[in-house]
Amino acid sequence: MALTKADMAEMLFEELGLNKREAKELVELFFEEIRAALEDGNDVKLSGFGNFILRTKNERPGRNPKTGEEIPITARRVVTFRPGQKLKARVEAYAGSEHQ
Amino acid sequence: MNKITSRITMTKSELIDSLAKKQSHLACKDVELAVKGLLERMSQCLSNGDRIEIRGFGSFSLHFRPPRTGRNPKTGTSVVLRGKYVPHFKPGKELRERVNQHAAPSESPV
Repeated sequence: MALTKADMAEMLFEELGLNKREAKELVELFFEEIRAALEDGNDVKLSGFGNFILRTKNERPGRNPKTGEEIPITARRVVTFRPGQKLKARVEAYAGSEHQ
Repeated sequence: MNKITSRITMTKSELIDSLAKKQSHLACKDVELAVKGLLERMSQCLSNGDRIEIRGFGSFSLHFRPPRTGRNPKTGTSVVLRGKYVPHFKPGKELRERVNQHAAPSESPV
């Protein structure tokens, strides 16, 4: 089951004792703060978890995969996520237990 | 070619400060515990092999990297590297659009 904002708010309610409204608001604001920082052109670095990095991409040739028609992919700014060492190590540990 | 555009960074402690200012009815310490708790919960979820889905922000999932034969760059001997999972983030529609909206360089100095 995927983790959602509702689960995260529930966690703040149970483990930190915030009331349900505060918990919901804080989760919403947590993601909004990251979005706003990225929108303003800032990278967001959350040590132990990972970094949200902005990249600009130049226009490049593309193709409509259905029709084969050539259309340029316009220049754009995109967000990439680079997981931190700690998160990578924890996720790899999961792979080890499942695949061995 | 991809260029790294941003020079400015928001760190975890800056994120906490900024949230604490906006939620002045909460103690700063609680906001700190909350942010750290949320990130820990998200890390835990991924390390259990589960996905995270945040509407308007994006989703985190695991991508499998198949086993491969690598090489020790010092000795040149081949090493068998087993398959592994790596975290992957796919930005959601709102985040994609908002980030791209400001892509054009602004004419007026800020």
